[in-house]
Amino acid sequence: MDRRNFLTSAIQATATAVVAGSVVGAFVEENKNKPLTLRPPGALKEEEFLKTCIRCGLCVEACKNRENKFVEDGKEIQTLFLAAPGDNAPIGTPYFIARTGPCFMCDNMPCVYACPTGALTPEMCKNEKGEVSIDYAKMGVAVIDPSSCIAFWGLQCTACYRACPEMDKAITIEWKKNERTGKHAYRIPVVHEEACTGCGMCEHACVTEKPAIKVFPRDVFLGKAGDRYVKGWDKKDEERIKNASTNTKTITPRSKKSAIQNLNEGVNWDD
Amino acid sequence: MSMNRRDFLKTTAAVAAASAAGIAIPEEAKAAAEESQKDWQWDKAVCRFCGTGCGIMLATKDNKVVAVKGDPYSPVNRGINCIKGYFNAKIMYGADRLTQPLLRLNEKGEFDKNAPFRPVSWKRAFDEMERQFKKYYNELGPTGVAIFGSGQYTIQEGYAAVKLIKAGWRSNNIDPNARHCMASAVVGFYQTFGIDEPAGCYDDIELTDTVITWGANMAEMHPILWSRVSDAKLNNPDKYFVVNLSTYRNRCSNLADMEIIFRPNTDLAILNYIAREIIHRNAVNWDFVKKHTIFATGHADIGYGLRDPKKAKELGYSEKEMQTIQKQAVKTVTEEEAVALSAIGKWKAGDEMVMKHAKGKAPFWHWEISFEDFKKAVEPYTLDYVAKVAKGDKNESLESFKKKLQKLADLYCDPNRKVVSFWTMGFNQHVRGSWVNEQIYMVHLLLGKQAEPGNGAFSLTGQPSACGTAREVGTFAHRLPADMLVANPKHRKIAEKLWKIPEGTLNPKVGSHFLKIMRDLEEGKIKWVWVHVNNPWQNTANANHWLKTARTMDNFIVVNECYPGVSARVADLILPVAMIYEKWGAYGNAERRTQHWRQQVVPPGEAMPDIWTIAEFSKRFKLKEVWKEHKLPDGTVLPNVLDKAKEMGYSPEDTLFDVLFNREEYRKNFPWPDPIAKNPQTGKMHPNTEAEGDFRNVVGSDGKVFKGYGFFIQKALWEEYRKFGLGHAHDLADFDTYHKVRGLRWPVVNGKETKWRFNVNYDPYARKHAKPGEKFAFYGPLLKTIKRGDLKGPIASKGKINLANKAKIFFRPFMVHPEDPKYDNNGYNFWLCTGRVLEHWHSGTMTMRVPELYRAMPEALCYMNPEDAKELGLNRFDLVVIESRRGKVKARVETRGRNKPPRGLVFVPWFDEKILINKVTLDATCPLSKETDYKKAAVKIYKA
Amino acid sequence: MIKNKYLILRRITQITILFLYFSATYFGWKILVGNLSFSKLFNTIPLADPYAVLQMIFAGAVISSNLIIGALIIIAFYGIIGGRAYCSWVCPVNMITDLAAWVRRKTHHEKDNLISAIKIRKFRYFFLVVLLILSAIVGTAAFEFISPIGLFTRAIAFSVGFAWVWLLAIFLFDAFILRNGWCGHICPVGAMYSVIGSKSIIRVYHDKEKCTNCGSCLEICPENQVLSPIIHKKSSFINGIECTNCGRCIEVCNDNALKFSLRYIIKQKGEENEKINAN
Repeated sequence: MDRRNFLTSAIQATATAVVAGSVVGAFVEENKNKPLTLRPPGALKEEEFLKTCIRCGLCVEACKNRENKFVEDGKEIQTLFLAAPGDNAPIGTPYFIARTGPCFMCDNMPCVYACPTGALTPEMCKNEKGEVSIDYAKMGVAVIDPSSCIAFWGLQCTACYRACPEMDKAITIEWKKNERTGKHAYRIPVVHEEACTGCGMCEHACVTEKPAIKVFPRDVFLGKAGDRYVKGWDKKDEERIKNASTNTKTITPRSKKSAIQNLNEGVNWDD
Repeated sequence: MSMNRRDFLKTTAAVAAASAAGIAIPEEAKAAAEESQKDWQWDKAVCRFCGTGCGIMLATKDNKVVAVKGDPYSPVNRGINCIKGYFNAKIMYGADRLTQPLLRLNEKGEFDKNAPFRPVSWKRAFDEMERQFKKYYNELGPTGVAIFGSGQYTIQEGYAAVKLIKAGWRSNNIDPNARHCMASAVVGFYQTFGIDEPAGCYDDIELTDTVITWGANMAEMHPILWSRVSDAKLNNPDKYFVVNLSTYRNRCSNLADMEIIFRPNTDLAILNYIAREIIHRNAVNWDFVKKHTIFATGHADIGYGLRDPKKAKELGYSEKEMQTIQKQAVKTVTEEEAVALSAIGKWKAGDEMVMKHAKGKAPFWHWEISFEDFKKAVEPYTLDYVAKVAKGDKNESLESFKKKLQKLADLYCDPNRKVVSFWTMGFNQHVRGSWVNEQIYMVHLLLGKQAEPGNGAFSLTGQPSACGTAREVGTFAHRLPADMLVANPKHRKIAEKLWKIPEGTLNPKVGSHFLKIMRDLEEGKIKWVWVHVNNPWQNTANANHWLKTARTMDNFIVVNECYPGVSARVADLILPVAMIYEKWGAYGNAERRTQHWRQQVVPPGEAMPDIWTIAEFSKRFKLKEVWKEHKLPDGTVLPNVLDKAKEMGYSPEDTLFDVLFNREEYRKNFPWPDPIAKNPQTGKMHPNTEAEGDFRNVVGSDGKVFKGYGFFIQKALWEEYRKFGLGHAHDLADFDTYHKVRGLRWPVVNGKETKWRFNVNYDPYARKHAKPGEKFAFYGPLLKTIKRGDLKGPIASKGKINLANKAKIFFRPFMVHPEDPKYDNNGYNFWLCTGRVLEHWHSGTMTMRVPELYRAMPEALCYMNPEDAKELGLNRFDLVVIESRRGKVKARVETRGRNKPPRGLVFVPWFDEKILINKVTLDATCPLSKETDYKKAAVKIYKA
Repeated sequence: MIKNKYLILRRITQITILFLYFSATYFGWKILVGNLSFSKLFNTIPLADPYAVLQMIFAGAVISSNLIIGALIIIAFYGIIGGRAYCSWVCPVNMITDLAAWVRRKTHHEKDNLISAIKIRKFRYFFLVVLLILSAIVGTAAFEFISPIGLFTRAIAFSVGFAWVWLLAIFLFDAFILRNGWCGHICPVGAMYSVIGSKSIIRVYHDKEKCTNCGSCLEICPENQVLSPIIHKKSSFINGIECTNCGRCIEVCNDNALKFSLRYIIKQKGEENEKINAN
C-alpha cells in the first residue's frame, strides 16, 4: 500500500467512524434525556448518574431478590427495572414506575449497597447531620393534581397519606372548612418536599383511575427561589443561602452598556 | 340513537353553553342531549358500608349502576363520601360474581360433602337444602338449625329471617355478625337505660366542645363523621378539644389535641379513675344523679366467655389452648387486680378466683348499691395506681402519662365543657365490653352530661344497619323486634299476636349466640346452618376450629353469597344473591336514622334477593312439620300449636310461606305495582324482582319461571314490622315517607324525628314519662326492677327496687385480660389487635374486587413498633409468623404504617382472607354480651 | 476426539454465563450477578468490562475501586488467555453472528458483500476511539446505549423490551450485508479485546508440514485475515490480534495442522522466526 492510498483509506475510515459516531451520538443524546425517569434511592444527580452507572443491574437484582420483597396475591411487585429499549428510560439504567412498582424503602437499602460504581451511594441518603437512612433518599417528589384528587372535592380519601412511609412528615393532612356542606372539613393531603423521598407509595395507592398524586424527579418539578431573599419568619431558611456567592453583579438589556456610554447617548426631545 | 360518552358530554356541554348564552339550540342537538340523558336514571340510596349512613345517588343505565354521587341533600354527608362510598358503583361488578346456585355434587349428581361445587338449578338447590334441613331438624329439633344473620341485612330481610326461624321453625338460633360488633353496646344500653340505641345524634359533634374517642378509629372507620369533628375543631380551635384514647397510635391522633396510649383492658381502670376524680373534685352533678340515677354493681367472677374447660378438653383442645381456657373456671388474682378489687373485699393477691358467676344469666345479675359503696369501690383507683397499670407505651414517662390522665379528668369534670365520648370496637370487642360501656355512661351520668345536645356517651356502630336491622328488628338469639326478648312471656305474646301465629309458638329459650353456633356445630348440637349477608368463617375468632368443623363434620352449610369468600368455600350449598342496589331495602344508621332505597337494577345471572330465598324456602314447610310438639335438649317442651292454628283458620297443610309471607292482607293492602316505585326523575317504574319477577325469567324453586309474588312484599314486611315499635319509643314512619325524605331518626312520632332521647325537650316519650319539672326520663323498660345489696352481692333482706325512668351508674372493677402477655410464661409476648382499614369493608369480599381499593391496600400487614422489629431482627416487609396458642398466619411487617403500635403490640387487619388473622385471635367474649374480644390475644412473632 | 469440541464448549460457556446472569435475577443465585458490563463473581470478585470503564473515564465519572479492580482482573485474564477469546467464548452476540455466518454459507453468497470488507477493515479501531471521544462529549458511556452485548445480556437477565430489534438488525447485517460485519468490522468491544490480548499466551499454532492447503480453515474463520499470511506458508503461532481463539480452524482441519498451544512458553517444532511481523 503506498502512502497516498494509506492516507486516503485512513481518512475514509476516520470519516466513516465520525459519521457513525455522530449517529450514535444523536441517539445517545436523545435517549439519555429522559427527565421523568425515577431512579433508585441514593442515585447521584442525573448527569453524574449517567456518567457513573455501568448498567450492570446489580441494584435491580438486589431489589428483586431482597428477602422482604413484596408479593401481592402471589404476584411479585417489582420495583427496579433495568431499562430495555422502549422503556422510556435511558437504556440499561435502573428505574422504577411508582404506579405499578413503588420503592418500598427497605431500611437496609440493598440496591444502594449493591452498586459497584457509586452511581447509587449512601452519600445521597444523608441528612444534615450526616446520618444515612432511607428516610433521606431523594428519588423524587410527589405532586398532587388538585383537579382530580377527590380529597379536593371534599371526599374523605387520604389513601396517599396512609400509604406514605413518611406519614405526617412528607404528607400531612390539611383541614379546611367545606363551606358548601357547612359541617364537614376537607381533609387534603399536602406534600412536603423536604421530607418526601419520592418512593411513590402514594401514587401506587391513589384510588383515582389515573393517579391524582404522582412522583416526579425532583429537578423536574421543584423550582428554586433565589439566593437574595430569605424568609424572615423562618430561621432555618438562612441555611438555604449558606453557599451563596458574593458575585452579586446583575445585568439586563438595560444595563448592558457602561454607564458613561449610556449617559452619552443623551436625550432626545424631538418626538 | 346511539351515542358514546364523549359525544354525550360534548352535546350536553354545548346545550348548556348555548342556553347560558341565550342561543337558539338547533333542534337536533337539543334532542340528542335529551335522548342521551334520558337513559341515565338517578335515584337516591344509601351507602353500602359502615354505620355512618351516608346518602348517595345512583345513576343507572342499561340495567347497570353506572355512577354514584354523594347525595347533596343528605344531612349526614351533604354530598361527600369516603373512598368506600366513592366505589359503591363498582362493588357489584366483580368478575367472579356468583350467578348460579352451586352444590357439592359427586359424579352421580348426588350431594356429597367432599365433592366439588357444581352449578345446579334453584329447584335442585332448594330440594337438597330442604332434605338436609328436615333430616337434621327431625333429628335435633329446632335447636339443631341456625341462621347467621347480619348488620348488613336490609331491615326487611332481617325481619323475614327472624319471622321464618322464630315463628316458623320455632328456633332462636339466629344471630348476626352484629354480635361481633355491637352486642356489648346493646348490653350497656339495656343495663344502664333499659332500651337500646344511642341517646344522641351526629349533631352532637357540632354542639359539643370536647370529643373523646375511646377505642374508635373514626378517621378510618367513620371518615365522614371524623370530617365533621375536624370541621368543628376548625370552627373553634382553641376551645374544641379532641382526645384519642387507644392501645396504639391510629390516624385520629393527627387531629387530636391529646393522645393517650393505654395498655389493653385498662380502660376499665382509667374510667374508674375519672369517677374517683369526679367525686374527689366535687364534680358530681347531684341534682341530676339524685333525680335520674341509682348506683349499681354486679359480680366480678364471671369468666371470659371462653368455652367450658371440661367441654374443651373433651373436644380435644390442645394443651396450649387449655392454658387460656382454664381461666374460664378459675384464675389467680394478680397484685394489680387485688388493688382494683379491694373494695369488694373478696379477693387478695394470689387468691384463686373461682368463676362462680360465669354461667347462664349470672354475669348479668346486678343490684343497687349506695353512693358510699360506689365511692369506696372507686377509691383504690388513684392516679398513681391507674397510671402504673394503664400506661401503654413503654417509651412514655409515667409523669407524662399521669398528666394526660389528669387532663382527661379535667376535661370531663369541667362544668363549662360539653363532652361527647365516642367508641366503637375498642370498647365493644372487649372481655369486659358490657362493663366498659356501662362505665362510660357512669362517667357521663355522674356529671349529668348525658342525653343533652352536645353532651353524651355515643356508641358508633360499625355496620350500615347494626342499629336498624340487627338490633331494632332483633335478629339475635335472645331478641324479638323492638327491644323485646324471647325469654319474656309478655313479649312473646305481643310478637305472636302481630305475627298472627298461635300463642305458644315462639320458643322461650334464648338461642345460640354467634360464637355459640360455631361451638354448637363443633359439638354436633347444630348441624344445619344458613348464612345471610355475612362471612362467619372469616370473621369468627379461633377460626381453625370452625373451618375444620364445617368441612369435616356431619352438617350442612348453606351460604347466601355474591362473591366466593371463605364462608362460601367451606359451604355445602351456595345460593347466589342480589347485592344491595339489586333489591329494595332499608338501613338504620348509628344515629337511629332509617333510610330506604328502591331496587335500581336487576341482579345478574340467576342471582336472587335474600328475601326471595327466605320466602321460597318457607314454601317447603307445612305447618304440621314445624308447629307440632318439640322437646328441646334442656327439657323444655314447645307445645303442639296446630289446634290453635286451626282455630285461627290455618290448616296443618298450609305452608310457612302462606302464613308468614304470602298473607291475604299483604296481597290486598300492598299491591304491586305501587306508585312509590316510580322514579321521581324519569317516571319509569323501578324493578321489584320479588314482586313481579324480572326480564331474566329465572327458573325458580319449583322449576317454573318465577313471575313474582304479585304484591309489594318489602312494603308489606315493613308495615308489619313497624307495628312492633309504634308506641314503644321505636316508632318508625310509613314506607312511602322514607322514599320522600333523606332518612328520619327514630322514634318518629307524628312525622317528627327524635334527636335526643330521654330529654323532654326533644323526645316525646321523655315528656310522657318525666315527672313535672324534670328534664330527663330514662324510660327504657328493661331490667328496671333489681335487687339491692352492697359491693359483695345482693342482700335478700333489702328487697327489690323499681327504678322507673332512672338510669344506673355501675361500678365495674378493672381486671386483667386472660392472655395479657405481661403474665405469659410461654413466650407469647405480644398483644395482637385486629380491626379494619378505611380501604376495605369487613372481610373484603366486595372491596378486594374493586381494583382501585385492592391496589390501595392489597394485603393485610402486621403493623409493629420499629424498635420491636429491630429487636427481632426484622426489616420492613419481612414475612413473619404470628402465632398464638390457637393458630398462626404469615404476614409482612410494616413499621411505618398508618397504625403505630407501642412496643409489645401488633395490629393485623382482618380484611384479607389470604391472611386469615382470625385463625390466631382468641374466642374470649364479654360474658354478658357474648361479643368476642378481637382486640386482645397473646402471640409470638418470628421470621418466617 | 469429539467433532466440534470447541464449538460445543464455547456454546456451553456462553449459555452458562447467560444462565448464571438469568438465575441471579430470577432465582437469586449469587454465582455470577450482573451482566457483561459489570458482574460480581461469587458475590465478591468484581469483573468489569474495560471498554465500559474506559468510556466512563472519558465521560468524566469518578471511577470506583470496584471498577478498577474489576477491569484489571479482566485485562489480566484476557491478556493471558487471548483477548478475543471473550468474543467467541463469552459474548452472546457471537451466537447470533455465527448463525448469520452459517446462513451465509448455506445460501452460498459468502462473498456477496454490500460493503467493501477491505475498505472498512480498520473501522472498528477508529470507531473505538470515536466512541470514547463521544462519551466525553455526551457525558456518558456512549457505546453502552447501543451495545448489542449489553442489550442481549440485559434482555436475558432483566427485561427484553425492544432489544430484539437491534439484535435482528445485526443478524441481517451479518447475513446479507457484510460477512462477519458486526464482530469483524464494527464492534469496538472486540477491538478493545484485540488490543488487550495482543500479547496473550494461548494461541493457535499452525504446522506447515501437516497442512495440505485445503482451505477449510480459511473458509470457516471469521477473521481469516489472521490466517491467510500463515496457512501453508509457515509454521507459526497465529499472531494476529483479531484471532478470537474460537478453535473452528482446528476443528475443520483434517490434517491436524492446527492446535492450541502456549506462545512464548512452548517451543514448537519447526517454528519459524517469531520476529516476522504477524501483521
